[in-house]
Amino acid sequence: MTTAGRLRRFGVTGRGLVVVLPYLWLMLFFVVPFVIVLKISFSDIDLAIPPYKPLLDWVGKNSLAIRLNFNNYAFLFTDRLYVNAFLNSIKVAFISTVLCLVIGYPMAYGIARAKPATRNVLLLLVILPFWTSLLLRVYAWIGLLKANGVINNVLVWLGLIHDPLTMLYTPFAMYVGIVYSYLPFLILPLYANLEKMDWQLLEAAEDLGCRPWQAFYKITLPLSRNGILAGSMLVFIPAVGEFVIPALLGGPNALMIGRVLWDEFFSNRAWPVASAVAILLLILLVPFMMWYQNIQARESAGAR
Amino acid sequence: MNYKRSFFILTCLGFGFAFLYVPILSMVVFSFNASKLVTVWDSANSPTLKWYYALLNNEEILDAAWISLKVAVINASGSVILGTLAGFGLARFRQFRGRFTLNAMTTAPLVMPEVITGLSLLLLFVALEQLIGWPAGRGITTMTIGHMTFSMAYVTVIINSRMASFDEALEEAAMDLGARPLKVFFVITLPIIFPAILSGWLLAFTLSWDDLVISSFTSGPGSSTLPMVVFSKVRLGVSPEINVLATITITVVTLMIVGVSLWMARAAKMDKAEA
Amino acid sequence: MSTSGGAAAKAAPWKDQAAKPYVQVEGISKSFGDFKAVNDVSLKIYKGEIFCLLGASGCGKTTLLRMLGGFETPSAGKIFIDGEDMSGVPPYERPVNMMFQSYALFPHMNVEQNVAFGLKQDRVPKGEIQERVATMLDLVKLGGFAKRKPHQLSGGQRQRVALARSLVKRPKLLLLDEPLGALDKKLREHTQFELISLQDKLGVTFVVVTHDQEEAMTLASRIGVMNHGEIVQAGTPSEIYEFPSSKFVADFIGSVNMFEGKLIEDEPEYVRIGSEELGGTIYVSHGISAPPEAIVWAAVRPEKIFMSTAPPEGSDNVARGSVQDIAYLGDLSIYLVKLPTGKVVRVTQPNTSRHAEAITWDQQVYLSWDATSPVVVTR
Repeated sequence: MTTAGRLRRFGVTGRGLVVVLPYLWLMLFFVVPFVIVLKISFSDIDLAIPPYKPLLDWVGKNSLAIRLNFNNYAFLFTDRLYVNAFLNSIKVAFISTVLCLVIGYPMAYGIARAKPATRNVLLLLVILPFWTSLLLRVYAWIGLLKANGVINNVLVWLGLIHDPLTMLYTPFAMYVGIVYSYLPFLILPLYANLEKMDWQLLEAAEDLGCRPWQAFYKITLPLSRNGILAGSMLVFIPAVGEFVIPALLGGPNALMIGRVLWDEFFSNRAWPVASAVAILLLILLVPFMMWYQNIQARESAGAR
Repeated sequence: MNYKRSFFILTCLGFGFAFLYVPILSMVVFSFNASKLVTVWDSANSPTLKWYYALLNNEEILDAAWISLKVAVINASGSVILGTLAGFGLARFRQFRGRFTLNAMTTAPLVMPEVITGLSLLLLFVALEQLIGWPAGRGITTMTIGHMTFSMAYVTVIINSRMASFDEALEEAAMDLGARPLKVFFVITLPIIFPAILSGWLLAFTLSWDDLVISSFTSGPGSSTLPMVVFSKVRLGVSPEINVLATITITVVTLMIVGVSLWMARAAKMDKAEA
Repeated sequence: MSTSGGAAAKAAPWKDQAAKPYVQVEGISKSFGDFKAVNDVSLKIYKGEIFCLLGASGCGKTTLLRMLGGFETPSAGKIFIDGEDMSGVPPYERPVNMMFQSYALFPHMNVEQNVAFGLKQDRVPKGEIQERVATMLDLVKLGGFAKRKPHQLSGGQRQRVALARSLVKRPKLLLLDEPLGALDKKLREHTQFELISLQDKLGVTFVVVTHDQEEAMTLASRIGVMNHGEIVQAGTPSEIYEFPSSKFVADFIGSVNMFEGKLIEDEPEYVRIGSEELGGTIYVSHGISAPPEAIVWAAVRPEKIFMSTAPPEGSDNVARGSVQDIAYLGDLSIYLVKLPTGKVVRVTQPNTSRHAEAITWDQQVYLSWDATSPVVVTR
């Protein structure tokens, strides 16, 4: 028997060896941490390092007590602040997704229908901001939106307004920031989907008497459904938990759950509460993530 | 719709790209502004390079940049190895134990909010430290591990999709001619998918270089990365040195992207021969 | 000079009971989940043959070929090559080489490196590699192309590189997956004869998979017709064409007229079939084995039917009809003749002369054929 044959007896296959390293890595550094977060969400805050009490406790000689503290969760459900933060995050993410679609769909469409040479240049132009640091691009908006920022200066100089508009540290600024940052995330998968479309279908429709807008609505739109959904998920899901943009552009009223988690953790040192927030956020987002997986699977099955 | 003359689409494209680029260009322009207020143009003294000199002498920023560089390079290299293994496995092996899990684990990080990933990683490191004494405190090691965990997901997607369009017949032909599977991978597959591996490396590098949230959670004293320093400055408002940093970043990224796309165009010609 | 089927065709070793087959396929089956791609196939292929697996898409021929190459593991059965059992032997250890449909040339290597690849894997000394590669490239007429890369070659040139690469190792068996599919018609014809000549020179046993019956007829010493994962008939091209064993094979190869009928007389030397479709009787001058009163089909090839304006002699094997359609193909013409029963009969005639006597549309004609022409099939 060959070495391979001998190893196979122990369940070690060539295939197994290839994937075992990434598998173990992700298990240890991606999945196991979630279990720990869950565990800590059930513990008490402690003035110690680390700032939480252990879950398991020896009581007497032979019994082990597990102390599950549901207070953290109760706290989150009863305190208006957290409930509002969750709801607001969903609202903001949803509206941002819609805005991204409104701006991004025509762009993706335009790029998909351009000549190959132009198309590559346009794609490059879309990808370039994506590779530039998000932080710096959000920073750019600070410079544009503040009281003596570029936009206000231009508007005053043009005589359109007298006093500068308050744009920074408002929900408006936050929407601008999110849409701006996530736009490429919507355009790219949508473009990938539109690029595969058979444009002759539209010609056939027009040949049969369909007006251009009707053809778009009845043919292009439904066929690009997967692209729309994939792009939307790529915007919505991370946007719900977004931290940087609310922190830099949103005001105190812009309560996003990502920021809440950060503040709980870093400012309040309330690790158990932060963990509970994370778990709830995860539960909220998992259905969307599974939906995204589903869309991807359908797309690749359709491609085969 | 006669596309060529669609005014609507062209306008949308125009506004869209303007929207994307005006902020970037404004940062570049104002990096040459002498005024400390950044957005108020000081025409008497501008344009000037004084903030460029200031940045290049700023110890805090330079140290942070060096740390970011180290982490990014190690992260990119490690992620590429892990991601190529995972991407290759998912693309080529129809069935294996744990396939569903591996697939889920490599797609989840793409959409998961970073605050969750960051928090969970930190709690893991704390628990590990309590359990086995490693890692001793947070720093570059923990940051690199954190970055690799989410970067490899991106690399996996890239390699997986590249392998999907890779003609299996090439690998079969090599085996048919006498090469064992391992040899086939290194002599045939790897050289041909090299452009994809390179773009995976660059993507992982960029993700690590720009990362703020996960770095903040997993870093320790003395291991502040560039984004962390930038963030602390930017929280307080505008700063001309940040404009300079932005300009330099944009220039480098542009050159890199143009360079890589020229390379890819050449590789695409080879792909045509594959078909 | 090389003939179709190469050297083996002349020797016809399959007729010799004592001859040992070079490739023996025993009871091979392959299932993908519930789908049975190959169903209990047994074959004997002899050294020096060009054996063609012919069938429509999805009939299992490519799966069978891949099992010979080691790229699929049979769900049941065994394969022997030159007496050795190939069970569990991976492709890189088999004395078999394959020419892929897409050619699968390594794009990052030039022609020379591509062809040398297999020899390098065998640790053949460098000097010998150079020599053998150069000889092989000359053989396929690509002598000056050694340093070119695949994307700099035309389709036909790439095909020859693929061929050279798979033959340079002097394999016991060469598998070809639709070798001429990607070539245009003229090039295909030219390459068919080149392939035969090459095989004759090198004496390698070929197994070719194709869906093109013309290709199979030209290349093969023997053809295995496949349908739904089974070999429905294996034989020389003329055996398959002139003596199909079933309706499927008769219909698959070339065109054929099928007359359904019942056995009226069944004797050892002849049978007489009464066919309503024909509107008459068919007399076949050989016996068949079938139960009495069985429903049978008489297959008559279009080129074996005589068409005349005057009524022929005899009452068997005749019919009368009117010409419905004519297709002029230059060297021959195809006539579709409609019988009073409604059946349309296909007749081909070579355009041997330029006379104005040509038969035209709606003309009343008589059809007849020789008693030796029909083949009776019972399924």
